[in-house]
Amino acid sequence: MADVTLKKTSPEPPEGLAGFVADWSSDQRAFKQVSWGKAMMWILLLSDTFIFGIFLVAYMVARSSTPETWPNASEVFALHIGGADIPLILIAIMTFVLISSSGTMAMAVNSAYRRARGPTALLMLATALLGACFVGMQAFEWSKLIAEGVRPWGNPWGAEQFGASFFMITGFHGTHVTIGVIFLLLVAHRVWRGDFDLDRRSWLSRGNGDYESVEIMGLYWHFVDLVWVFIFAFFYLW
Amino acid sequence: MGDIRHEANAELPPLEVPDVMPPHAHGWWAKYVFSQDAKYIAVQYACTALAIGLVALVLSWLMRLQLGFPGVFDFITPEAYYQFITMHGMIMVIYLLTAIFLGGFGNYLIPLMVGARDMVFPFVNMLSYWIYLLAVLVLVASFFVPGGPTGAGWTLYPPQAILSGTPGGQQAGIVLMLVSLILFIIGFTMGGLNYVVTVLQARTRGMTMMRLPLTIWGIFTATVMALLAFPALFVACVMMLFDRLLGTSFFMPMLVEMGEKLSYGGGSPIAFQHLFWFFGHPEVYIVALPAFGIVSDLIAVHARKNIFGYRMMVWAIVIIGALSFVVWAHHMYVSGMHPWFGYFFATTTLIIAVPTAIKVYNWVLTLWRGDIHLTLPMLFALAFIVTFVNGGLTGLFLGNVVVDVPLSDTMFVVAHFHMVMGVAPIMVIFGAIYHWYPKITGRMLNEAMGQVHFWVTFLGAYAIFFPMHYVGLVGVPRRYYELGEPAFISTPVGGLNAFISVAALIVGAAQILFLFNLGWSLRHGRDAGSNPWRATSLEWQTPDTPPRHGNWGESLPLVYRWAYDYSVPGAAEDFIAQNDPVTPEPPGGRL
Ligand code: HEM
Ligand SMILES: [Cu+2]
Repeated sequence: MADVTLKKTSPEPPEGLAGFVADWSSDQRAFKQVSWGKAMMWILLLSDTFIFGIFLVAYMVARSSTPETWPNASEVFALHIGGADIPLILIAIMTFVLISSSGTMAMAVNSAYRRARGPTALLMLATALLGACFVGMQAFEWSKLIAEGVRPWGNPWGAEQFGASFFMITGFHGTHVTIGVIFLLLVAHRVWRGDFDLDRRSWLSRGNGDYESVEIMGLYWHFVDLVWVFIFAFFYLW
Repeated sequence: MGDIRHEANAELPPLEVPDVMPPHAHGWWAKYVFSQDAKYIAVQYACTALAIGLVALVLSWLMRLQLGFPGVFDFITPEAYYQFITMHGMIMVIYLLTAIFLGGFGNYLIPLMVGARDMVFPFVNMLSYWIYLLAVLVLVASFFVPGGPTGAGWTLYPPQAILSGTPGGQQAGIVLMLVSLILFIIGFTMGGLNYVVTVLQARTRGMTMMRLPLTIWGIFTATVMALLAFPALFVACVMMLFDRLLGTSFFMPMLVEMGEKLSYGGGSPIAFQHLFWFFGHPEVYIVALPAFGIVSDLIAVHARKNIFGYRMMVWAIVIIGALSFVVWAHHMYVSGMHPWFGYFFATTTLIIAVPTAIKVYNWVLTLWRGDIHLTLPMLFALAFIVTFVNGGLTGLFLGNVVVDVPLSDTMFVVAHFHMVMGVAPIMVIFGAIYHWYPKITGRMLNEAMGQVHFWVTFLGAYAIFFPMHYVGLVGVPRRYYELGEPAFISTPVGGLNAFISVAALIVGAAQILFLFNLGWSLRHGRDAGSNPWRATSLEWQTPDTPPRHGNWGESLPLVYRWAYDYSVPGAAEDFIAQNDPVTPEPPGGRL
């Protein structure tokens, strides 16, 4: 529900640790100024952090317990461009695209704060496009590896857990990006239509005439980007 | 943190979030079936959980028939026995206990006890139930597929779980089990987010965290834990599903089966055990913490006394919740572990006993010189304390590596965990149902049937599980279809086993009586009135009983005190409701 403070009473809330304690021992809300939707997204992301974290730990365990050699990532993920093998080039571009999309998302949230309908919708659209671009490149990478003989149950270069972990973790992340793109488009559509300027209730908005959905979407999107950084570091660079 | 008692007539802070009615349902289907009202969702959750729990109960009879009278019932084959064991364990732990405590009591009590109109996102909350139902249906479906349900044991340890030697391993059984668990986790997460956010962000004016009834603290902490522990099970299920369906080798080492080398290689079965128990141990407390919370409230209400050491109780719940994430490997002492790890996990395990013991002392001190009414909820609460202490004490045995190694995988373990996470939480569920049924339906449960139910269940549970400790001590292993007369068992235990089985059948029959009572009292129960137990917490102060849509009628309740103002000196009645602004002048004046 909205962040409308009906009446401001106390002078200034205390800062720092004292403020933290004051918030938690107050009534109604433990996180002042945090709406229900935002709180829910934060907690969902906390839970999702555990899922990704455990996926990565499981991958590390698999990697360290297999007796076979682990394929060399910089060779496997190289592209043959202009007569030379350039290691990790595709991943570098994918990472760049995804990080850029975080930039456009941040700008979208910023426009949303200013209630600028057009820029918000356009920036969200740009974010969705960059996200779709990322998924597209991931599909390309998958098909390239599959063509080279990488399967969940084996590959030409060594430990079979390589393919298994690769498809599982990037697949799970890619699913997150795809879901994000879909919701970005839905929210962008609503922004464009002006839903968030009206007091209209829908399943993506509590109808309190603000752009909060954009901000919540932003939380999710930045999280998905952040997770990618870890996947990138642990899977491609290690 | 915060004050516990508020000065009389103190001014309440202003409303921070506008008070909006949750969306109204139109039409019969939206109102009663696809309801978004947490109270209906709660009843749906509870009924589904009890129904599937009945299946688990019947399975336990079948197992006991086999163990008590081996060779008599030849439709119980060894394969069937393993399937019964697996489904019984999994259903009891996940689909009954977790679902009913969090989905059932959580949904019903959280909005009412914190003074909210509903959960924060009713639509998501509704989805949570339907996905849970789907998970249950998938689970039930596994009884009807070729090969039947999985027989891997509720721990589903690989590699055996997905090999052909285990029932359902190479058929659909294990796949359906894994899919069902994944669905359950998704559904639970949707509900869990609601419970957490409602407690944190949707309390009514005056309801600080330190005025929440302990029931809410228990459910809240358990939900947070579940949101952090279920991911491990989720990941383990996904990986095992891949091992089974795609032929990956996450958990599968190189194997020879029936003289044939399988295509697996290089995976780590121990990794699964770590993932499973990283979920599995917190799961014990996900079930226990709501029980702790509820029992605290039952005791305070029915002994007409404030809970002893409220803050200590809250902190004990939180500390137990945190510690329970660092003890998981005590389930793996015999799996092969570095001795230092065993040392570490034994230490953390024993440390948890400290906050747990504090809670037990506080319950006993609450009872001390209280005005104890031996109502049904109180009886069940007392039964819980006794049983929990009992199971906790054997837990101290099993937490130590040297004692656990010989006891591991014997019936002693089965007796221990049935005491501590089987019987004890079930007692609380019964107590809670007797306690809140009047609010949910407006009628009291029949007392006579309840008395029979209580005494048969309580004494019967001891008849079943007490001798089982002894059976385990003399060396009878768990998960054995049939024992014969092996040399390693000093005393024959056949007679004892038959006795246990008869007791189990009788206890089971008492549960049927209980279910009958639930239905019968709906029509014929005594009229309850709005507050039959004369309790202080908000759910008893609703304008209507059963509470209507939006819970509070015109305006939200305002909270002036904690939930435990019982027998306050000078008060007109022996309880002061949380939303009663007047604090009486104590006789003899204020100090
Ligand atoms: C009338 C009550 C009950 C009876 C008679 C009963 C009986 C049994 C029996 C005979 C076994 C198999 C022991 C073996 O051969 O190893 C078993 C296993 C088990 N039971 Fe129960 N049980 C009851 C209630 C519960 C409850 C309430 C829970 C909830 C936590 C529970 C959880 C389990 C678990 C987790 C297992 C282990 C399954 C496995 O080894 O994979 N039981 N029970
Ligand atoms: Cu444990």
